[in-house]
Amino acid sequence: MIFDGEVLQITILSLQISALATGLSLLIGLPFGTVLALGKIPGRSFLLSMVNTGMGLPPVVVGLFVAMMLWRSGPLGDLRLIYTPTAIIIAQVIIAFPVVTGITAAALQALDPRLRLQLYGLGASRLQMIWMLWREARLPLLAALMAGFGSVISEVGASMMVGGNIRYQTRVLTTAIVLETSKGHFDIAIALGMLLLLITFLVNWALTWIQQKDA
Amino acid sequence: MLSNHPNNHKQPILEARNLSCSRGEKLVLRIEKFSINEGETVAIIGPNGAGKSTLLLMLAQLLKPDQGEIFLRGQMVSKAESLAIRRRIALVLQDPLLVNGNVFENVALGLRFRGFPKQEISRRVEDWLSRLNISHLKDRRSNQLSGGEAQRVSLARALVTEPDILMLDEPFSALDAPTRATLLEDFQELVSELSLTMIFVTHDLDEALFLGNKVAVILDGELRQQGPPEEIFTAPADLEVAAFVGVETVIPGKVAEIRNGHVTVAVADIQIEAVGEARLDQPVYVCLRPEDLTLWHGTDIPPSSARNFLKGKVNRLSSQGPLVRVVLDCNSFRAVALVTRTSLQKLKLNIGDEVAATFKASGVHIIPRLD
Repeated sequence: MIFDGEVLQITILSLQISALATGLSLLIGLPFGTVLALGKIPGRSFLLSMVNTGMGLPPVVVGLFVAMMLWRSGPLGDLRLIYTPTAIIIAQVIIAFPVVTGITAAALQALDPRLRLQLYGLGASRLQMIWMLWREARLPLLAALMAGFGSVISEVGASMMVGGNIRYQTRVLTTAIVLETSKGHFDIAIALGMLLLLITFLVNWALTWIQQKDA
Repeated sequence: MLSNHPNNHKQPILEARNLSCSRGEKLVLRIEKFSINEGETVAIIGPNGAGKSTLLLMLAQLLKPDQGEIFLRGQMVSKAESLAIRRRIALVLQDPLLVNGNVFENVALGLRFRGFPKQEISRRVEDWLSRLNISHLKDRRSNQLSGGEAQRVSLARALVTEPDILMLDEPFSALDAPTRATLLEDFQELVSELSLTMIFVTHDLDEALFLGNKVAVILDGELRQQGPPEEIFTAPADLEVAAFVGVETVIPGKVAEIRNGHVTVAVADIQIEAVGEARLDQPVYVCLRPEDLTLWHGTDIPPSSARNFLKGKVNRLSSQGPLVRVVLDCNSFRAVALVTRTSLQKLKLNIGDEVAATFKASGVHIIPRLD
């Protein structure tokens, strides 16, 4: 199968799912991490420790949770999402969002607290101030993006459980590797594994280039 | 700041009333009234932790007071206008806190926040870079500047917005002495040339004298005295202010005689004449600045216009910058004098020597004392 169009389809699907999941995690995690770092919120350290725990969530546990939710007889069963790419995206967002949130919060807390005063003291609005802080923390924020992407492109447990590894529909690189290995097709499994590594490297290389461009 | 209308001198440009701020149970600051007029440069001085920066940040709308009101040109500042007010003020902190990017981008920051058009930003930034003598640094990255250069950028970044009031928190204290001296001079020229209105916090008395035409002394979170520098330094309001502004000799006494504006105070076994106001028999402190005392060897006093003299023994000699600090033991009290090294050599002073100190009546300041 390795030389036909199926590999290309699997690769593209993997990239689409993980890129979308990472993007959504950024959309939620960046504001959430910012509020956790800068806002005057009660129970901040409790929330932060929840997020930090979330950074190490085992994908199979997330898979189990999402599968239970989306199961035909589960609370969200009517949405008929189990064994769809959407189900994988949901699970991957749950995996990546704490990573993005945690690194964002840590990155912003590492900035000099007087920088906020200085920016306000030069006439920044609240949004302008936050935008400037993100710019100042762009190195760790891009690292958050890379860590988020890395955690979802490489996970297999959740994709397998909520995606089902259905050919042409929810088969991604990692689940394909598991399948080929179980069939004893080590040559194909190794080739897919190299492909996965290459993709991960290319994506991180591009992000690192952006990160280091004006560091 | 650049529009200096003579008519506006009557009304303070910024005024604070009944400000208070606490951290937890502790009251950090309580200021009944503080004001600054257009074109004034007010130095807020006081020891570390006195509440100077807290006051400055409150005036700049960057820290919310627990209580109190702030008026800008007579209008009370409400929370809704706080951004608009902040945009009429510019802040410079001890650390330049430049953002990532080059010098031009840093100086342009305040104008970008205010949505100025590109051309106007460019024109103003170039103008202020040249005023602060840093035009050559325009394209330099902010993390490749020396401390002095970075602080010039920080000043340009604030001044370029042409604020109504410039606020500075210890702007020169992180710099090494020669850099600081040059920057202070350049900055002072700008201040007087543009008759800037500014409030600056410092713990350095020389800086306060050099840049301020008004001084406010904050001790333990209270505004103890506000006035022209000469007044603060020669006529401190109370003992703590006196101690902070360098009045080192404080002797308790009682007013013995008042004649023609001259007050004679009985101190231990001698009498000291002062210029000032007091009641007869009032308990007072006699305050002397160390630089106002002239020392003579032995007990013979040469003729001099000085009305007062003390006798004592040299108790200690210590260096204080280019001068020498001489502590005299005068039986019931101690007096401190500052002399140059040359005069010390002439006097051939040693510890234990008998000396006399003379000082003029106008160099004596009296503070009422609770008996």
